[in-house]
Amino acid sequence: MPDETTTPAPRSEAPAGRPSGPGGRGPGGPGGPGGRKFFRRKKVCKFCTEKIDAISYRDVRLLQGFVAERGKIVPRRLTGVCTTHQRRLTRAIKQARNIALLPFAARF
Amino acid sequence: MQRIYEVMFIVRPDVADEDLDKLIAGLEQTVTNGGGALKSTEKLGRRKLAYLVRKFNEGNYVLLTVEAGGALVAELERRLRVSEPVIKFITVRMDEEDKRLAKVRAIRATRKKLSAVPQQEAPAEPAPAPAAPAETTTQASA
Repeated sequence: MPDETTTPAPRSEAPAGRPSGPGGRGPGGPGGPGGRKFFRRKKVCKFCTEKIDAISYRDVRLLQGFVAERGKIVPRRLTGVCTTHQRRLTRAIKQARNIALLPFAARF
Repeated sequence: MQRIYEVMFIVRPDVADEDLDKLIAGLEQTVTNGGGALKSTEKLGRRKLAYLVRKFNEGNYVLLTVEAGGALVAELERRLRVSEPVIKFITVRMDEEDKRLAKVRAIRATRKKLSAVPQQEAPAEPAPAPAAPAETTTQASA
């Protein structure tokens, strides 16, 4: 009896705790490490704000802004690009790599 | 139904200009003979390659925009693969992308027209975001 009454309580806490974990880690950051892991979400998608429609593999300068020093594609949590544009950007970068406009791996 | 393709290829740097022109002319001939339309030819010039391709560090980039069917593009690619001066090529299909861009531009044009006209005409098009909340607020008040 006491087990039945007590076990639902922790069980309800745990699922409530887990979803709030990754969500709560964000605003919980300022008290803790105070590092750069949070509140970068204010960064907006460059393509959405500037209304750039077409991401072509040909404009290397635009693509180079989203490619790291070693040639790797930068994840969107760092650049703030939205999902649709990140997918188009990835496609364009891979096309550019195929036609030797961008390197596959750079700076040996 | 004709599709629009962009064919970009790299020609080795130690090829003379006239040979390059001859090569491009030959490819254009292939396109027109196969029933396609050549929309544009652009010579992007000599560029440094991002990595070594067949032991070359530089190459002559050429961009062809072709309106053709799929079989013709396959033939064009075969020609490019076989031709010795061409070291790399890529074909990208552009007509779907162009359609999407045209649609976006059309929506943007209608949105601009709505904001320019002082009286709010009831738009029949799929309501863009600024128009939709306005309509819903008027409905809520009525």
